[in-house]
Amino acid sequence: MSAFQGTAGRDGPDRFGHERGAQGRRHATEHAARELADKYIIVGYGFWIFLLSDIVMFSAFFASYAVLVGNTAGGPSGRDLFHLPNVALETACLLLSSFTCGLASIGARTSSGLWFYGAMTATFLLGAAFLGIEIHEFADMTAHGAGPARSAFLSAFFTLVGCHGLHVSAGLLWLLTMMAQVYAKGYRADILRRVLCFSLFWHTLDIIWVGLFTVVYLMGVWQ
Amino acid sequence: MGSGMLGKLSWAAIPFDQPIPLVAGAFVVVAIICVLAWITLKGWLPYLWEEWITSVDHKRIGIMYILLAMVMLLRGFVDAIMMRAQQALAFRSEGYLPPEHYDQIFSAHGTLMIFFVAMPFVIGLMNFVMPLQLGVRDVAFPTLNSVSLWLTATGALLVNISLVVGEFARTGWLPYPPLSELTYSPGVGVDYYLWSLQISGVGTLLTGVNFVTTVLKMHAPGMTYLRMPVFCWTALASNLLIVAAFPILTATLAMLLLDRYLGFHFFTNDAGGNIMMFMNLIWAWGHPEVYILILPAFGVFSEVIATFSGKPLFGYRSMVMATMAICILSFTVWLHHFFTMGAGADVNAIFGIASMIIAVPTGVKVFNWLFTMYGGRVVFASPILWSIGFMVTFVIGGMTGVLLAVPPADFLLHNSLFLVAHFHNVIIGGVLFGAFAGYTYWFPKAFGFRLHEGLGKAAFWCWIIGFYVAFMPLYAVGLMGMTRRMQHYDVAEWRPWLLVAAVGAVIILAGIILQITQLVVSIRRREALRDETGDPWNGRSLEWATPSPPPAFNFAVLPRVEGVDAYWRMKQRAIQQARLSDEPTYGDIELPRNSPTGFICAFFATFMGFALIWHIWWLVALAALGAYATFVVFAWRDRVEYFIPADEVARIDRANRRARGEALAQLATTP
Amino acid sequence: MSPAEPEFAPDYADTAPSDQHGGGHETAESVWSYLIGLGLATLLTIVSFFIARTTLVWQPSIPVALGVLAIAQMGVHLVFFLNITTGPDNVNNVMALAFGVLIVLLIIVGSLWIMSHMNHNMIPMDQIMQMQR
Repeated sequence: MSAFQGTAGRDGPDRFGHERGAQGRRHATEHAARELADKYIIVGYGFWIFLLSDIVMFSAFFASYAVLVGNTAGGPSGRDLFHLPNVALETACLLLSSFTCGLASIGARTSSGLWFYGAMTATFLLGAAFLGIEIHEFADMTAHGAGPARSAFLSAFFTLVGCHGLHVSAGLLWLLTMMAQVYAKGYRADILRRVLCFSLFWHTLDIIWVGLFTVVYLMGVWQ
Repeated sequence: MGSGMLGKLSWAAIPFDQPIPLVAGAFVVVAIICVLAWITLKGWLPYLWEEWITSVDHKRIGIMYILLAMVMLLRGFVDAIMMRAQQALAFRSEGYLPPEHYDQIFSAHGTLMIFFVAMPFVIGLMNFVMPLQLGVRDVAFPTLNSVSLWLTATGALLVNISLVVGEFARTGWLPYPPLSELTYSPGVGVDYYLWSLQISGVGTLLTGVNFVTTVLKMHAPGMTYLRMPVFCWTALASNLLIVAAFPILTATLAMLLLDRYLGFHFFTNDAGGNIMMFMNLIWAWGHPEVYILILPAFGVFSEVIATFSGKPLFGYRSMVMATMAICILSFTVWLHHFFTMGAGADVNAIFGIASMIIAVPTGVKVFNWLFTMYGGRVVFASPILWSIGFMVTFVIGGMTGVLLAVPPADFLLHNSLFLVAHFHNVIIGGVLFGAFAGYTYWFPKAFGFRLHEGLGKAAFWCWIIGFYVAFMPLYAVGLMGMTRRMQHYDVAEWRPWLLVAAVGAVIILAGIILQITQLVVSIRRREALRDETGDPWNGRSLEWATPSPPPAFNFAVLPRVEGVDAYWRMKQRAIQQARLSDEPTYGDIELPRNSPTGFICAFFATFMGFALIWHIWWLVALAALGAYATFVVFAWRDRVEYFIPADEVARIDRANRRARGEALAQLATTP
Repeated sequence: MSPAEPEFAPDYADTAPSDQHGGGHETAESVWSYLIGLGLATLLTIVSFFIARTTLVWQPSIPVALGVLAIAQMGVHLVFFLNITTGPDNVNNVMALAFGVLIVLLIIVGSLWIMSHMNHNMIPMDQIMQMQR
């Protein structure tokens, strides 16, 4: 346990193993320490930009949905299909998982195994629950002849909501990978940067869900 | 429709019965095998793998991007010559290209030129130059940079594979439904197009994220935003546009893919699909795309014109404001690509006015360039010839654009050859001339020797004369009513113009041959053309402070920046004091390790793309797994950096300082 | 003496998005931030669901109300979970977000405006298909 562990686990220069003698190591250490602080900001900002691009992609799907929402081709519309209690459950799962994700990132920052693994597990379970409900909804709709190939409205619905669901699935896979990484390598600086990116991703997914349940489900049912 | 191990793939996919693609394809395959054999026999493979293919150095990646662009330029140009030849011949005749083939050629021409020539060229230039100009060691995410390069190469590879295995899209460079839907394009052509662009689109988006972060978060000490070179500002604007626009392309192409693969109804004729939605979304990407291409070219001209006029760029702040204004405004004009689709007068009027407004900041830039040259001592080397050629040509092209922005005029000229002439005018005159200017200007920095100047000038004159001869007739024939993409025609008045246009294409061909010759000759005479000091043009920005080629770490010590034109200040101080600045204290420098992640990722992406096109589902799953495994392996690395010891840094820097000291001394003795 | 290898960031201090308190983070404050965020978000969600189905409110105002509540909740997420504030250390993050929001608005509003005009001027699809037969 190096002396640096105390400072919230962000500085972990011991891993940049440069066996160049004491002098070299000290230079590397100071340089690395300063650069690590910068790297954290750089990585965080870069990922934030990527997330904004992801939001733009969702907005293209949103725009399509908004244009095609009335094109039911004689088939069922949102009012006929959407089951609000399920949506409320999905929303609760995702919102809570966002909260537990926040706890997990605190756990990572303070190098607290209990908080990190516990909160990450909770996040995973809640996310998986969300996904389970959503897949069930999709399967149900498809079985009743309201699959994505039925009408333009349904194509747009399945794509928009499904794209979010795909992102959640990818997030769950990433979550498991992060837990494995922390288990294998500890709270190393680069691992912490990735935890930061993951939590940004997860929170953003919840923000997109807010837009989704409002525009698709609540407004769909209101018509 | 096969459903065995190889999906739809069968021997019928290879065009044994079509002589032109067969011969062309065979030629290319043989050429590639020869090149690979030559490289292997010469023993260059280990060097290429360790120093280039797995490189995460922005300079190497930039060079590879430009190499890709130049090779694809040759392919795209062959398509162009074939089209000009067809249109010259096909007066009341079928010409030599059957329609199914001609359609693929103009589609491939546009797709290759935009996505695999223009984009890689400007991205390559930004990659190489930007970190040097910012005074830092690399971009924000070097390994991601490599991933972007190789995914772009994958896209280019898939498009080219379609020549020999299967077919390419016949829908033009933007695949409008319903023609691009499965009903009317049941073959693999559109799928080749879609997957190639989805894969390379990921690469481009990652580049956008990378460069925005680099420009906004990584500067040499003292370099505030308003002390950055204008090229970095245009790089920022261009990459902000990439981040904002490419997701729209991804989404729209994904919707078309869902229609084709899973029977969705976004853009179909039936079940409520809305075809116009495709045009709306694709141009919401498409218009920012052309600004993504032109903004870096504007940046190149700002650098070149200032350097070769021996004056600082006129109106730095207005340049910055104009650049950012263009960035935002480019998102407000996209409807002008489909005035005729029926949005009505109100909508058309608003977008028409917006399209005219966006010409204003560009005009500001042109005036700034002119005022930079005015009162300066202009050195007429080939970079500045390209710049002057650009200013004349691009202004003409821009004016025809403003003309097209008037909806009533556009109702006559939409999809005519007038339009074709307009966009080639601005893309060749703007993007390509800018690319060539940047190539000539920064070549010595990249390789340590200049390009042969005489051949460069000759190439420029062939290009500019050839361009006017090839495209001015197209304006005329467009006004006479000729539509684009015609495989044959029977209007006698058009014929002479099309013949002249074909001659123009041949003149451009001469220009290209001269450029290839220039490269070969320059490599052979490189000692005579050597750049000793790293500053062959008397430059103004920080990249000229490094040796040519720069070492892996760029700067021995990150420079301290005190104003715009940081390097010019350093030089002026050295000249005044008649000596170089003090030798800095050298320290160890850590750099990111090379990584095969990018190449391996692209390897799996290629297989995944090919498998998706041909419906080989097991291969899709396998390749996806491989790509994911690559990421995990990359994420599991422990040793991510390597060291360059202080003595090595000192040795390299001292050698450069010696050369510069000698040049400084010579300057002192010359009156 | 260590080599003077200066920082990369511009001259003012910077925070990564989602980084609470710019580096000197107290755990308790972070937890409170998340708890308050969770509470507010839950409240806004419940109100949204209620409003969508209620008959107590003037009906045409419901989409507007839902929109406002959604934006408010997104704001809650941004501030309490992602810690995007308006302080000087967050300028880049806020600018990036503002740019993203602008693009999203242009795409969605622009597309809806354009497509509604197009659809209005367009012959219904079934009529077109009939014309082709």
